[in-house]
Amino acid sequence: MKGLSKLGWAALAVLGAFALGTVALRRGEHINAIWIVTAAVSIYLIAYRFYALFIANKVMQLDPTRATPAVLRNDGLDYVPTNRHVLFGHHFAAIAGAGPLVGPVLAAQMGYLPGLLWLVVGVVLAGAVQDFMVLFISSRRDARSLGDLVREEMGRIPGTIALFGAFLIMIIILAVLAMVVVNALAESPWGMFTVAATMPIAILMGIYMRYIRPGRIGEISIVGLILLLGAIWLGGKVAADPTWGPAFTFSKEAITWMMVAYGFIASVLPVWLLLAPRDYLSTFLKIGTIVALAIGILIVMPDLKMPAVTEYARTGAGPVWTGGLFPFLFITIACGAVSGFHALISSGTTPKLLASEGHMPYIGYGGMLMESFVAVMALVAASIIEPGVYFAMNSPPAAVGSDVVAVAAKVSEWGFAISPDVLTATAKDIGESTILNRAGGAPTLAVGIAQILHSVLPGEDTMAFWYHFAILFEALFILTAVDAGTRAGRFMLQDLLGNFVPAMRRTESWAANIIATGGCVALWGYLLYTGVTDPFGGIKTLWPLFGISNQMLAGIALMLGTVVLFKMKRDRYAWVTAVPAVWLLLCTTTAGLLKIFDSNPAQGFLAQAHKYQAAIASGTVTAPAKTMGEMHKIVVNAYVNTGLTALFLFVVGATLIYSIKTILAARRSTARTDRETPYVQVDPQQLANL
Amino acid sequence: MGTALVPVSHYQMHRRVWRRLVQTARLCCGVPDYDNYVRHMLEKHPDREIMDYRTFFRERQEARYGGRSGFRCC
Repeated sequence: MKGLSKLGWAALAVLGAFALGTVALRRGEHINAIWIVTAAVSIYLIAYRFYALFIANKVMQLDPTRATPAVLRNDGLDYVPTNRHVLFGHHFAAIAGAGPLVGPVLAAQMGYLPGLLWLVVGVVLAGAVQDFMVLFISSRRDARSLGDLVREEMGRIPGTIALFGAFLIMIIILAVLAMVVVNALAESPWGMFTVAATMPIAILMGIYMRYIRPGRIGEISIVGLILLLGAIWLGGKVAADPTWGPAFTFSKEAITWMMVAYGFIASVLPVWLLLAPRDYLSTFLKIGTIVALAIGILIVMPDLKMPAVTEYARTGAGPVWTGGLFPFLFITIACGAVSGFHALISSGTTPKLLASEGHMPYIGYGGMLMESFVAVMALVAASIIEPGVYFAMNSPPAAVGSDVVAVAAKVSEWGFAISPDVLTATAKDIGESTILNRAGGAPTLAVGIAQILHSVLPGEDTMAFWYHFAILFEALFILTAVDAGTRAGRFMLQDLLGNFVPAMRRTESWAANIIATGGCVALWGYLLYTGVTDPFGGIKTLWPLFGISNQMLAGIALMLGTVVLFKMKRDRYAWVTAVPAVWLLLCTTTAGLLKIFDSNPAQGFLAQAHKYQAAIASGTVTAPAKTMGEMHKIVVNAYVNTGLTALFLFVVGATLIYSIKTILAARRSTARTDRETPYVQVDPQQLANL
Repeated sequence: MGTALVPVSHYQMHRRVWRRLVQTARLCCGVPDYDNYVRHMLEKHPDREIMDYRTFFRERQEARYGGRSGFRCC
C-alpha cells in the first residue's frame, strides 16, 4: 500500500512536470487552458503532501494533543471547535475576495506564463507558508491578532507601526476596489441598475431576517438570488429604454461621489439592514461563481489566445501598468501568490474555530492553495479573450486614444491585431455601448467569464446576461468590502485619535462615530477621486501602491514568523519563513524606491512631478493633461503618492530593524524566549467526532 | 440487492453532508452552529440562561460587524 501510494505521487509529479513543460515550452501555437489547470493542481497537491507536512512536523512540530484556544475557551459563540471541512469553507470564504481575481488579469499584459509561474511558486513557498505560520503562531497565543502578536514578540513600537501599516493598507484597498467598481459602472446603465437594485433587495432580506422569520438565512438568500437574477434581466430592458437608459447612465466622477456618499451612509446604518444581508448574498454568489467558473473551464477547455510572454515582460513599458518583470509583476499579483491581508484572518478569526492543531496544514496551507487556484482561473479567463480586446479595454485613453478606430489602429500597431468592428461587436455582445477605457480587471474578467459561461449554456443574448452577472458579482462583494472596511477603519481611527482626545474612543457617541467615519471615508474618497480624475488613468498608479502595501504586510507577517522560529530555538528551520520574507522585502523596497526615484517620468513619481512642474513653469500643457488644472493635479498626485510610498518603506524598514534586533537577542539566549501559552493536554479522540 | 435492507447509515451519510453544508454556509455568514451552542450551554453552564435562536442570531450579527473584526479580505 505504501509503495502504491509512492507510485501515485511519482505519477502525479510526472504529470505536473509534463503539463508545466507543455505550458512553458510550446511556442507559436495556442495552448489549452487544461494544461495550465493540470500543472497548477499537480504542483499544489505535491506541495501540500510534502512541503506542508514538512513544515507541520519539523518546523512547527504540531501536536494534536495540545488543546487549541477553541477548545480551551469554548463558549459556543466566538470560540467553537469546528469540523475541519466546515472551517476550511469559512476560512476560504474569508480570504478570497476581489484581489485574486483582479491582479492576475492586470498581470496578463506580460503574457500568461510569468503570472502563472509566480502564482504557483509564490503560493507554495511564500503565500501558503505565511497563512499557515500566522495561524500556528496565533493559535498558540490565545488566538490573538497580528498587531498584538507583533507587539508581544517584538515590542510595543513595532506593534504600533504594524497596526498603522494595516490601517494605511485598508485605506488604499478601499480606494482601489472602489475604483474597480467605478470603472466597471461608468457609462453602463445596465450595470448601474443591477448594482443599485441590490440595495432594496438586501434591505428586504434584512427586514425578513430581523422581524419576519428571524435568522432564516437560507430561504431568504435563495429569494434574494432569484431577485438578483431578475434584476440583471430587467437591467437589460432598462438600459435599452430611451428614458430609463440615460437616467442610469453616469460619468466616472458622478459614480465616485455616489460611492463616497454610499460608503458614509452604509457604514452608519444598523448592520442588519444592509451590510449583513448583502454580505450573505455576496458570499454565496462568490462561492457559486468560482465553482461555476471551474466547471466551465473544465467543460469548455478553451484555448489561450494571449501569448505566453509578451514583449512588455522584457521592456517594462506595458500600457496597463508600467514596470519591468522584477519587481512589478510580484507587486501586481499579490493575492493569489502571497497576500499580507490573510495574516489578519489567520490571526484572530480562524484560530478561534480551530479544533485541533492537526487541522492546521489543511486550513492554513490548503486554504491559500485554493485561493491561488482561483487566481489561476482568473488568469485563464483573461487569457482566452482576444489580446487585442484585452489591451483595448485596459489601456488608458492617454496611450491609445478614445474611439474604436484609433484604439484598434494603436493596439494592432503593438502587434495584437484587432479591427474596430470587433471592438464594437464585443461591446454589443455584452450589452454595453463601449468596452474602451475599462481598466481595473473586473470588466475584462467579466468578458472572460461571460465567454466561458456562454459556451456552456449558449443562447441568444446570454453573453450580455453573463457579463452583467459577473460585473454584479464583483461589484457586490466590493461594495460589502467598502462598507465593512469603512466600519473597521472607523474603529481603528477612533482608537488612534483616542490617544489624543479620549472622548473619541466612545464608540456609542454619535459625534465621535460620525467624525471617525467621515475621516475614514474622506481618506479613501480622496484617493479614489484623484485616481478617477487622474489623466494617466488611476489604476496605473493605485494598483502598484496597493500591491506594495499588501506585500509589505506579508513581509511583516513572515518576519514575525522568522522571529518566532528563532525565539523557539528552531534556527535551522528559520529559512522557511526567512527566504520568502527576504524576497518580499526585496520586491517591495525595490518597487517602492523605483516608484519614488526612477528617472523615467512614466515610472518615478518625483521625475514625473519635476517634468510637469518644469512644463508648468514654461507655460506648456503636456499630454495626457489637457488643461493647466490637470497639470497641477498630476504634480499633486505625484507628491501624494511619493509620500504614501515613503510611509510604506518606513514601515517595512522599521519592522526589519526590530526583527533583526529581536532575532539577535534570541540567538544570545540559551533558552526559548517565545511567548507561547502553556501546554494543556486534550484527547484527540474527543475531537474526532465534530 | 433484492430484499436486502438499505443500511441506516446510508441515509445518515446524506444527512451529515447536508448538515455540514448548512453549517459551512452559516459560518461563512458569521453564525456558528446553534445546536452546538445549546449543547455547550446545557453541558457546561446549566445555571445560565440560554438564548433563543432569534437572540442568538442577532447577537452573532452584532458581533460580526459591530466591532473591529468587520473586515474581510480583498
